[in-house]
Amino acid sequence: MAKLSSLFSRSTGSRELRKQPLFTGMSWLVLFMLYAPITVLIVFSFNDNRSVVRWTEFSLRWYSAALENDDIRDAALISIQVAFTATFFATIIATMAALATTRSGQYWGKSASIALINQPLMIPEIVTAIATLSFFSILRHITGVTGIGWLILAHTVFCVPFAYMPIRARLTDMSVTYEAAAADLYASPLQTFRYVTLPLLMPGVVAGAMLAFVVSLDDVIITLLVAGPGETTLPIYILGQIRRGVTPEVNAVSTILIGVTVIMVTLTFFLQRKRK
Amino acid sequence: MPGASRISRDANTTLLMAKKERSRQTRRARFLLLLPVLLVIGIFGLFPLSIALVYSFLEPGTYGGVEWVFSTDAYVQFLFERDIFDDTLTFNSAYLQIFGRSFGLAFITMIGTLILGFPVAYFIAARPPEQRNFWLFAITLPFWTNLLIRTYSMLLIVRDEGIVNLLLINMGIINEPLEMLYTDGAVLAGLVYSYLPFMILPIYASLEKFDFSLLEAGHDLYASRVQVFRHIIIPITRPGIVAGCVLVLIPALGAFITPELLGGGKKLMIGNLIALQFGAGRNWPFGSAAALILMALVLISLLISLRVGAAKEGSHG
Repeated sequence: MAKLSSLFSRSTGSRELRKQPLFTGMSWLVLFMLYAPITVLIVFSFNDNRSVVRWTEFSLRWYSAALENDDIRDAALISIQVAFTATFFATIIATMAALATTRSGQYWGKSASIALINQPLMIPEIVTAIATLSFFSILRHITGVTGIGWLILAHTVFCVPFAYMPIRARLTDMSVTYEAAAADLYASPLQTFRYVTLPLLMPGVVAGAMLAFVVSLDDVIITLLVAGPGETTLPIYILGQIRRGVTPEVNAVSTILIGVTVIMVTLTFFLQRKRK
Repeated sequence: MPGASRISRDANTTLLMAKKERSRQTRRARFLLLLPVLLVIGIFGLFPLSIALVYSFLEPGTYGGVEWVFSTDAYVQFLFERDIFDDTLTFNSAYLQIFGRSFGLAFITMIGTLILGFPVAYFIAARPPEQRNFWLFAITLPFWTNLLIRTYSMLLIVRDEGIVNLLLINMGIINEPLEMLYTDGAVLAGLVYSYLPFMILPIYASLEKFDFSLLEAGHDLYASRVQVFRHIIIPITRPGIVAGCVLVLIPALGAFITPELLGGGKKLMIGNLIALQFGAGRNWPFGSAAALILMALVLISLLISLRVGAAKEGSHG
């Protein structure tokens, strides 16, 4: 037996190369590092005690306290309003752009358009935030228009690339044969889009919309600078509370936000996996 | 016969005209489809940067905003302090130090995420396909989770009364809590924790299609482990490493939340300096100038990364 294994030792050695046992250990360690802090936060949101480190008993009291808190409810409503509206517009714009950058051949300015769409990803968020604030302060002054529309507009801009990515990926993976067949059967371009392209594209659109929603819901920096008085979103409320001190109530609100993100991202993941 | 050729020529012309008409329609449709995105991102994403450029050459308004008077004070202030009484300039390195600190922290973050991230990317790529999905999902999920909340969870851990100190004291290793919060170390840990997925994913992408039997081939040709690593794995993953470094460096340079919460406002980074000018500092021109200098740093990093990426094609193509 020992002889046999020594015969194969060379191939075992190369398989070792593929496995790299040290790398395996490090990977689990990194996974632990990524999840341990969030786990602590979530666990102590269910703690029946003001402390966020000493466990006493399971309780939902911080959740009921959070739900009864008017400030949190207002902030949540504003967050949802901004995220829904920005997602709606960003997804439409991104779908149109994805069609134009995948379904109409090569043309002058195509890569420039893609670069422009991804532009919000290449600039540090703080720079985008102060540039947007400066521009909006001029526009507010000239037009006299105030209100939450400005915040929604700023969110729409940075949501577009996140909605664009999965929609474009879906379109690139989709064969053009279905659309060609529809065109051969005398469907108008609009009919082809409505009855062939859009239904096939839908998983990509939904995935894009959910990513846009998550990104808008979680934004801090741009919102912090652009939001006017009374436009406190949930992350801005949380930031204000953290600055004042650590409370389990903040843990509870944070856990709810994490929950929404996890559900949406998981759905997105499965939507994108199905296409294979 | 001549009639037939004329008919076919007519048919050809009709076909050509139809083709032309169709390509004209395609162009118009394409233009209309692109128009919203060009308008929205062009006007509200790209154009504001030029406003910031203009603002950086104006004078600050008393209650925030700007006075429309040309001035280079914002850039002078970056290096010099103006005496209020006799208007003389003295060199002041405070802001340079903040930029230096930010760059240092961002650079160490980049190296740290590379050291931690590379093995993970390699490990995932070497998994059987059905296991890869689990790992990719596990690495991507924190990336989408709110950065503020993740930083807050880090704060819960490194606080004086945090879980790390509590464990160490309970185990009898230390008597007094270690002061970890509001140090460069805490900021660094937060940055690495925040941006690790940005490093892992592009390196994984460069290894995803890698044929691991190449390693065995190298091994069969009596290459040592180090040689296999240096001559096969590094060249293959180079584009991924470069992309990962850029994706970590850019947000780390402009980080705001991490130094704000874990550095406690004392350990300023560029992002906090900029935000401060638009808040309590009430010096929009100086904030704009700082933002533009940050942009310049980002562009320089991008150019260097392009060069490093191109060097690879030169030596292997």
